[in-house]
Amino acid sequence: MSLKHDIEFTLNGVKRRATVGVGMTTLDMLRDVIGLSGTKYGCGEGECGACTIVVDGASLNSCLMFAVDCHGRNVTTIEGLASDAKADALRDAFVLHGAVQCGFCTPGMMMQASHLLACHPDADADTIKRGIEGNLCRCTGYKKIVDAIASVGETAK
Amino acid sequence: MTGIERYVVPASLEQAVECLQQLGEVTILAGGTDLMPQSQAGRLKIKRTLMNIRRIPELKGIALDGDVIRIGALTTISEIMRNDLVKKHLPVLAEACDHFASDQIRNAGTLGGNICNASPAGDTLVPLIVLDAEVELASKPDGKVYQRTMPLAEYFVGPGKTRRAPAELLTGVRIPLPPAGHVARFFKFGTRPALDISAISIGIAGILNQGVMTNVRVAFGAVAPTPVRALHTEEALEGKRLDAATIESVANVARDEVKPIDDIRATAWYRKEMIHNMTKRMLDHVAQA
Ligand SMILES: Cc1cc2nc3c(=O)[nH]c(=O)nc-3n(C[C@H](O)[C@H](O)[C@H](O)COP(=O)(O)OP(=O)(O)OC[C@H]3O[C@@H](n4cnc5c(N)ncnc54)[C@H](O)[C@@H]3O)c2cc1C
Ligand code: FES
Ligand code: FES
Repeated sequence: MSLKHDIEFTLNGVKRRATVGVGMTTLDMLRDVIGLSGTKYGCGEGECGACTIVVDGASLNSCLMFAVDCHGRNVTTIEGLASDAKADALRDAFVLHGAVQCGFCTPGMMMQASHLLACHPDADADTIKRGIEGNLCRCTGYKKIVDAIASVGETAK
Repeated sequence: MTGIERYVVPASLEQAVECLQQLGEVTILAGGTDLMPQSQAGRLKIKRTLMNIRRIPELKGIALDGDVIRIGALTTISEIMRNDLVKKHLPVLAEACDHFASDQIRNAGTLGGNICNASPAGDTLVPLIVLDAEVELASKPDGKVYQRTMPLAEYFVGPGKTRRAPAELLTGVRIPLPPAGHVARFFKFGTRPALDISAISIGIAGILNQGVMTNVRVAFGAVAPTPVRALHTEEALEGKRLDAATIESVANVARDEVKPIDDIRATAWYRKEMIHNMTKRMLDHVAQA
């Protein structure tokens, strides 16, 4: 039996508790303990970005984060973007630009894009390309994704 | 699967070094970007106690302390890259952080983790070595907190191995403020721009005065089991006028000084040629600046 630990944190604006294995990833906690499956498992090694979440205002790979380290922190997943007007604009832009094909990278890509736009509201294509270096997409060839993110940046101005 | 028996989250430096002293077998957790994949893949076994150091205020922040810039061990790569003191006085470190992995990894990964993971390819190590950085280590062997410092260049023993004693915590890094005329360059060569483990990296620093380099520091990453200072290359450059002949001979010394290995990322021959060509290019660049 592996050691368990109780944690308390804010998930998508709501305080909650969870009992997690001490060696467990935040990704496994989100999907298997809490039951939010929007955050995806691609590689489990920090290479693909499908598991991207935002913790205390910074995007990171939930597959690399110890679940116990969520204690006391403010965690946002793709499910939490649903109530955010800027995120609505981003979602509409992804649809409009055809930036979603199979959709597997989309939650992570949206999380990274929303963090990127929070840091650089008027990001140009180069900044966007650098910002999503840690997010792999096997379908779109990235151009549609970059266009979608850029369009939201511009309209935000 | 895991044999972790205890999880501790010290709230102060003193508590942390007490835990290390008393509990013995402790694995330290900072950002987890090395620890998590290593433990998930079974390359590393977490010891009986996992100690999360993320809540220790003394390990945070970047500050000017007299003529030294002190960077706390918990400072993330993103924080270093965006920090004004670093950008102004240590641009070579900011640049190395900018070429580090992805935004997500930079937001989670810490400087202390990069140093203590002791990969020969760790991207902050070569720039910090040529900046004469020292590591700060704290411990509490007999009821009192002790601090010692050690040049970063002497800290590494082998891949994943350092001179840190098991009861010590790395609390930060101290970097002397570079004097007037100081130049420093870092070059990382991989096969992809981001998210790549360097095939090789080079750092060169020194004081440039009327075309002559002094106080020369040269270090290489990923050509040996640890990041290394290149003393022969430094000597070949020290006090010399940076003209074409010097640059060529220094680049030759650099090529002869490294003893890289063949691996899946590059052959030894290729790495030696890269060291030669990049040393030359970097010095050309310094000479023209
Ligand atoms: C996909 C991917 C890409 C990466 N790309 C790069 C890259 O481009 N360049 C690069 O250099 N690295 C890279 N890394 C490695 C890693 O992100 C960095 O080494 C990072 O800085 C580690 O910091 P951390 O806080 O996450 O360390 P952790 O994983 O928390 O710790 C790493 C090690 O250091 C020890 N430790 C941590 N802090 C302390 C302390 N204060 N005192 C004593 N021991 C301590 C831990 O016990 C552990 O052994 C990459 C990793 C991944 C997964
Ligand atoms: S699943 Fe986390 S980066 Fe791929
Ligand atoms: S849409 Fe299929 S991976 Fe990006």
